[in-house]
Amino acid sequence: MAELRHPTESGAPDPFPYMHPIMQKNYGKWAWHDRPRPGVLHHVAKSGDEIWTIKAGTQRQMDVYTIRKLCDIGDQFAEGRVRFTTRSNIEFMVSSADKVDALITKLEAEGFPVGGTGNSISMISHTQGWLHCDIPGTDASGVVKALMDELYHEFKHEEMPNRVKITTSCCQINCGGQGDIAINIQHTKPPTINHDLVANMCERPTVVARCPVAAIRPAIVNGKPSLEVDEKKCVCCGACFPPCPPMQINDPEHSKLAIWVGGKHSSTRSKPAFHKLVAAGLPNNAPRWPEVAEVVKQILAAYKADARPWERMNEWIDRIGWPRFFELTGLPFTKYHVDNWRGSRNSLNASAQVRF
Amino acid sequence: MAKEMPKTPLLDELESGPWPSFVTGLKRLAQSEDKPYASMMKDLLGQLEHSYETRKGYWKGGTVGVFGYGAGVIPRFSEVADKFPDSSEFHTLRIQPPAGMHYTTDLLRQMCDVWEKHGSGLIAFHGQSGDIMFQGTDTEHVQSAFDELNEMGFDLGGAGAGIRTSMSCVGSARCEQSCFDEQKALRTIINNTLDDMHRPSLPYKMKFKFSGCANDCVNATHRSDFATLGTWRDDIKIDQAEVKNYIAKNGRKWAIDQVVTLCPTNAVSLNDDDTLAIDNKSCVRCMHCINVMTKALSPGDDKGVTILIGGKRTLKIGDLMGTVVVPFMKLETDEDYERLLEIATNVIEFFAENALDHERTGEMIERIGLVNFLEGVGLPVDPNMVSHPRANSYVRMDGWDEEAAKWQARKGGAAAAAE
Repeated sequence: MAELRHPTESGAPDPFPYMHPIMQKNYGKWAWHDRPRPGVLHHVAKSGDEIWTIKAGTQRQMDVYTIRKLCDIGDQFAEGRVRFTTRSNIEFMVSSADKVDALITKLEAEGFPVGGTGNSISMISHTQGWLHCDIPGTDASGVVKALMDELYHEFKHEEMPNRVKITTSCCQINCGGQGDIAINIQHTKPPTINHDLVANMCERPTVVARCPVAAIRPAIVNGKPSLEVDEKKCVCCGACFPPCPPMQINDPEHSKLAIWVGGKHSSTRSKPAFHKLVAAGLPNNAPRWPEVAEVVKQILAAYKADARPWERMNEWIDRIGWPRFFELTGLPFTKYHVDNWRGSRNSLNASAQVRF
Repeated sequence: MAKEMPKTPLLDELESGPWPSFVTGLKRLAQSEDKPYASMMKDLLGQLEHSYETRKGYWKGGTVGVFGYGAGVIPRFSEVADKFPDSSEFHTLRIQPPAGMHYTTDLLRQMCDVWEKHGSGLIAFHGQSGDIMFQGTDTEHVQSAFDELNEMGFDLGGAGAGIRTSMSCVGSARCEQSCFDEQKALRTIINNTLDDMHRPSLPYKMKFKFSGCANDCVNATHRSDFATLGTWRDDIKIDQAEVKNYIAKNGRKWAIDQVVTLCPTNAVSLNDDDTLAIDNKSCVRCMHCINVMTKALSPGDDKGVTILIGGKRTLKIGDLMGTVVVPFMKLETDEDYERLLEIATNVIEFFAENALDHERTGEMIERIGLVNFLEGVGLPVDPNMVSHPRANSYVRMDGWDEEAAKWQARKGGAAAAAE
């Protein structure tokens, strides 16, 4: 056997060798910025240097041909330096306003939409799904692609009251995170247990401890050590599935999609907020999930028409109230919208303030 | 003879529409007959189509790694390898990007070359924790792919119960709102705690994220156990001539509706001469007015950071936002960065010793109480850490005089330092 190479544990690389020279030169010394048009940022440094950033959408899961095409565009129409945003958009930096239009034309011609800045709907945050995850209830890349086709105009224009961040997640762990709109798997039935496999595949005390509602207990089934679920207590969250794959939670019929709104990460104006449930029971209808797109578009239409400038989704709802939200979106309000989990009292209306 | 392309009627529907299609990309790889990955990608497409038909996933984990590391490779073995044998192994390498995610086209091309040679040709920029994800190779090629990437100056990221790959916003590189050197802070903490990333042995995952201001463009508050956010202590800087320009252009109603009334603490008012007055003692550095009037308003000069601990998603006790544990610290000198690293190290050590198995920092703090955490990591209490003081009386308070004296001593010390 060949001798193993010892790694260099170099950690997170220094970005300076890869950074645009104008950004290197003016690092920490910027003065102001504006947005000349959707998809373009213009930053001015205290030195007077200027830089234009052109932002374009990608499919995130990129084949080398796509990446090389973006590199060719970056070399021919920009200045060989790019960066990616947290939402998988690519940014090309150029030192002259003259280069902006040709770069945009080329990107659009090659199928990369330019946008995602300011009060647009940016790229949907993206998880792994059926392509690579070991516990997914749905796909991620497909859901994102199908929805971004529908929201293409809103990516390329800045017509929303404020920025809209949409997330998707293929299980209730919600790797996609908080969003103005979050589209997440919601299982509706307890796991189906393959009792023949539990003893060999699962560390049973770990699985018992993982359940948030203490619904799992050890049991002997068909003479073998296994686990059983108290189905009256089970909240169908799927937390037992990753440590114990024989507790299959994913179901083609009963793993549904739920939609949540009003998540916000920034401390800008209002404090950060968690998204709240507004719709559920939507079918996991691959390959294009039309029922999900319909509800998302209903919510966006109401927000676009009714929210004031700078109001994020949660801030709009805080102003108009939940009754009006359900009225404007046409979505039903059910007993499932009322929280009965930890700290649920904090979400009840402890006042005489009622909207009519 | 080349392996046949699988029939993918469902995936084909994702090739229509204007947004870039990952399916088209996967097909290009599968049809690259001169490349070693073509047959792997054909079976990958076949398995993905099978998932679309049956609405189920077919990957399971396992144990695959590179020499010297206990994490950073995500092993994937197919449960339907009998049908799709050439993609029976489809592992991912998580690689840490340059802080701030800056790339030259040369670097991206080199990465493509490596992954054409050792992997599938499929790369995601980036995963939700900020890794470059080199998706799809077999066990045999994991080591050779890593070796080449490592020679290029790149290192594996985190996975499992350890410190994870970190993210920082573009920050000082291109943003006037940045209040500290985000990439330096990231590299100071992460590159000094790599042992806990590469050989994970913490109770559960631990994430660090760095945003230059309260806009929090990398979602640090909620998506990290340890969020470092830029802020400032002195007054917002105002260029009143530019304020007047904005109002001349957009109108007084615009200034009132979009700037003044949206201030969360009513700290902004419009003067009769179309200049702004800001009550800086009430300002909470939320960034709103600065976002609207980018040319007229900017953060002050006495910059630093606020540290929040405990952000996480649902499992197991519900979502938690990070909460303030350091209201302000300077981050300018080498000593300041050493102090930041010291705080981070103290938090990691306390977490390692006190969290239960599979418990995040936020859950640990909810279980033991913020005060026990602060005492454990040696941070003083501060009224900026709470929305309001306690509202129930069930607490033993016979240490009151001593605690009040500590507060007075800290206040006295701060006053002396300011003189």
